[in-house]
Amino acid sequence: MTGPLANQQTDRSDLWRNPVPPNPGTSLALLALAIALGVAAATFRVIAAIEEVMTQSKVESAVIHWALWIAGAVSVLLFIPAYRSFTAARRAQAAIASSKLVDARVESAAARNFALITMGYAVSVVLVLSIGLFIIANDVAVGKTFIFIPLIFSSFGLVIRAFWTNVYIFCIGEVLVLVWGLVVAIARLIPGDAGRPIRLIATAYTDVFRGLPAIITIYLVGFGLPLTGLPVIRDFAPEWYAILALTLTYGAYVAEVYRSGIESIHWSQTAAARSLGLSFGQTLRYVVVPQAVRRIIPPLLNDFISLQKDTALVNVIGAIDAFNQAKIIASNHFNLSSVTTVAFLFVLITIPQTRMVDRLIARDQRRMRAGG
Amino acid sequence: MPLIEMNKVVKRYGDLEILKGLDMNVDQHQVVCLIGPSGCGKSTLLRCINGLETIEGGEIRLHGDRVTGPGVDLNALRRDIGIVFQSFNLFPHMTVLENVILAPVRVLKMPRAEAEERAMTLLQRIGLEAKAKEYPDRLSGGQQQRVAIVRALAMEPLVLLLDEITSALDPELVAEVLGIVRDLAQEGMTMLLATHEMGFARDVASKVCFLYGGVVHEEGPPEQIFGDPLQERTRSFLTKIISAGRL
Repeated sequence: MTGPLANQQTDRSDLWRNPVPPNPGTSLALLALAIALGVAAATFRVIAAIEEVMTQSKVESAVIHWALWIAGAVSVLLFIPAYRSFTAARRAQAAIASSKLVDARVESAAARNFALITMGYAVSVVLVLSIGLFIIANDVAVGKTFIFIPLIFSSFGLVIRAFWTNVYIFCIGEVLVLVWGLVVAIARLIPGDAGRPIRLIATAYTDVFRGLPAIITIYLVGFGLPLTGLPVIRDFAPEWYAILALTLTYGAYVAEVYRSGIESIHWSQTAAARSLGLSFGQTLRYVVVPQAVRRIIPPLLNDFISLQKDTALVNVIGAIDAFNQAKIIASNHFNLSSVTTVAFLFVLITIPQTRMVDRLIARDQRRMRAGG
Repeated sequence: MPLIEMNKVVKRYGDLEILKGLDMNVDQHQVVCLIGPSGCGKSTLLRCINGLETIEGGEIRLHGDRVTGPGVDLNALRRDIGIVFQSFNLFPHMTVLENVILAPVRVLKMPRAEAEERAMTLLQRIGLEAKAKEYPDRLSGGQQQRVAIVRALAMEPLVLLLDEITSALDPELVAEVLGIVRDLAQEGMTMLLATHEMGFARDVASKVCFLYGGVVHEEGPPEQIFGDPLQERTRSFLTKIISAGRL
């Protein structure tokens, strides 16, 4: 062969004809073993410390004992991938010694992979341990302040009853927001010169209420409207001021969700529908909105989750929701454990929803890739 | 009187003038093929005829009635002028049958049972009655485009506009779509089609219009346009098509 490629190709080809043997991964495997050993030792040290604290504070609980010893046993499991890494590295060395390059590559890759698995799990065990240490630090100060079990149990009934106020506010709020948001979204999409002032007002509304912090809206509505003395409105219960304020705020967000959903439907769909003689309204009703609804469910649920969490803000206007109730209990007992209960309740209701949003988003992405 | 008359039609996008005073007629039962280089305004012209685009000058008449300018009932116009797009534009959330009956039921207020019956007859003609309950994404491109044609036909339009309907199809699927257009031509359906399928145009067209420079640069029967074009531009366009092996 002639030409500039000739020499270069010979050099490259030589690399493949005489390949370099791989690094067997022994050092990484030894490191993994050392880490497994260190983490197991640290785990048992922390377990012992927690046991000691429990004896000192005369807490007797079989459950906690068992949990601790299971945690200890789990940390020992780290030796499994570490050991497999080590044996794979040994086999890789043997393969290199007998010039079986392909076997050597396979084994050394396994050695590296098992070593990395060991390290990944070790990091998570260390994180859990540090949380345990944080809780028992300074004579269990953290534990007693945030998770004082007796107070959690004694205040649980009060807190969960107050939590119904939050549920009430966000259930009604979500229904109102769905309707109100759609009204605002359509107002922003009204076509033509005649619709311009309506579009402007709707745009101004969304700008203002998306810019305004929810807590300020709640404050203004909850304290302001009763002062105005307007009939009917002045007699609202605090929960209803909260619902009104949250509807105003989240109506603006949800209107944008609707609008982006409607605008995300490609104009060719509208062109096809209008070409068949469907009117603007019919096109929205039968072609655009049905397709938009599927796309907006994930962002809509996200906004609902925010709305649910923001029901905790209503304590500024004195509604007795779970947070406000928990604060009262906390100041009576000089201990925040009842607030932890509220935190736990909020997390409990939002986790299934966030998981569902994730699944819906994943489903939509699969569908997009399928070209539908 | 021609079915569609276009007089001095001007279409601008901002500063860009696409149609520069275009004149053209389509008679009843005629199949008119629009050919010309990309961006010469073939698709734009079709979209102006059914009111998807407004025009800046001139006028378009249907059966002598002016259908451009303010005050025109566009929904009524579009009932009578069917269009099929390059990218099918079926409604993905509806089955094939629902796609076909949507406009007859919602626009013509036809009873659902009757609309379904007529839709099934049309689907049978194109051999897709078995796919009536499927969603469009389960169909091949050729099948989708055939359904799109049937969806337009379900409105019994006076004229059918076909906007490069085979450009998005794999080569082996083109024939099944063009077969339907050929059948429609034989039945006397008035059609105006923008196309790059020169062989097909030569076969079915009653008239071929070469669009260039925003006007109809040359028009005539297919034998003349493809056999012995008078204009230099037409000649060089066709030479390029032939050297690409497309005629």
